Amino acid sequence: MASNRRGLPEINAGSMADIAFLLLIFFLVTTTMDQDTGIARKLPPMPEEEQEKPPEIKAKNIYVVLINSNNQLLVEGEWTEISQLKDGAKKFINNNGSDPASSDSPQKAIISLQNDRGTEYMTYIRVQNELAAAYNELRNDASLNKFGERYTDLNKTQQKEIRKMYPQKISEAEPKNIGGNE
Amino acid sequence: MSKFRKNGKKGMPAISTASLPDIVFMLLFFFMVTTVMRETTLFVSIITPKATEIKKLQKKSLVSYIYIGPPIKRMQSSYGTAARIQLNDAFASVDEIQEFIASEQEARDEKEIPYMTTSIKADETVKMGIITDVKQELRKANSLKINYSTRKGAY
Repeated sequence: MASNRRGLPEINAGSMADIAFLLLIFFLVTTTMDQDTGIARKLPPMPEEEQEKPPEIKAKNIYVVLINSNNQLLVEGEWTEISQLKDGAKKFINNNGSDPASSDSPQKAIISLQNDRGTEYMTYIRVQNELAAAYNELRNDASLNKFGERYTDLNKTQQKEIRKMYPQKISEAEPKNIGGNE
Repeated sequence: MSKFRKNGKKGMPAISTASLPDIVFMLLFFFMVTTVMRETTLFVSIITPKATEIKKLQKKSLVSYIYIGPPIKRMQSSYGTAARIQLNDAFASVDEIQEFIASEQEARDEKEIPYMTTSIKADETVKMGIITDVKQELRKANSLKINYSTRKGAY
């Protein structure tokens, strides 16, 4: 056996652990486990040159949300707090024609969102969040009624069915610049 | 000088630490694989807004980031305090976004391009004007999937 000869002593592997620990600590420190989270949205594609006239939509099917440069909300012509927005939106989407001045059905209901160039990003995200929450709660209620499970626990086809019942239609208009100071 | 007397008393043999490196290496490889190095140094200070209806960003390799916020303290003497856009490692103007998206798309496989997402990491104090400009540029660049980066939490 070679290692038994005097000429070639075995290399001491005792410090291997130390080296490995050093590397381990380095990677422990540099690792970022946190995942990015956020609100996912899809932008509309750029309008093409010769565009067909957009289909006419009844005014009662549109829920108009305006945000001004002072971060105040005007919903359907009335000054509203952000905390009331979710319930208002839910009532509008789920009207199903019971109030003649509100939407015909969830499929036809459209939320139109317009902000000012001076609106704060935080307010915009809060409004987006409230609108998303309104849709999520409606979908959740529908799936509990229909399948007896939460929307997030449904399988893909069931989710699709619920999404068809409550399609998320949020239309964003080009912002105004009334506040002036960008 | 018998070979066997050296060990002294019998009874409790020392626990062998020979496998310690193996254990440590195992952990090491785990962390090496899961590590995502911070690839950009931020020149803008960003506190993302809070939201509750959030989704996780999947497939980090298909996400390109646009940072928007006021420059950090060190940079304020030369760049001022107005919100700015940062792409990769430098400040950029709004017109450079299309180019940035094109180069990001070029770096990916052609099949993956429709799944690419642009994450907008903006400070909560930023005005919507600059965000709208960025969104318009993204529409022009035909990169329509976006994600407003937020923290979890309610107001």
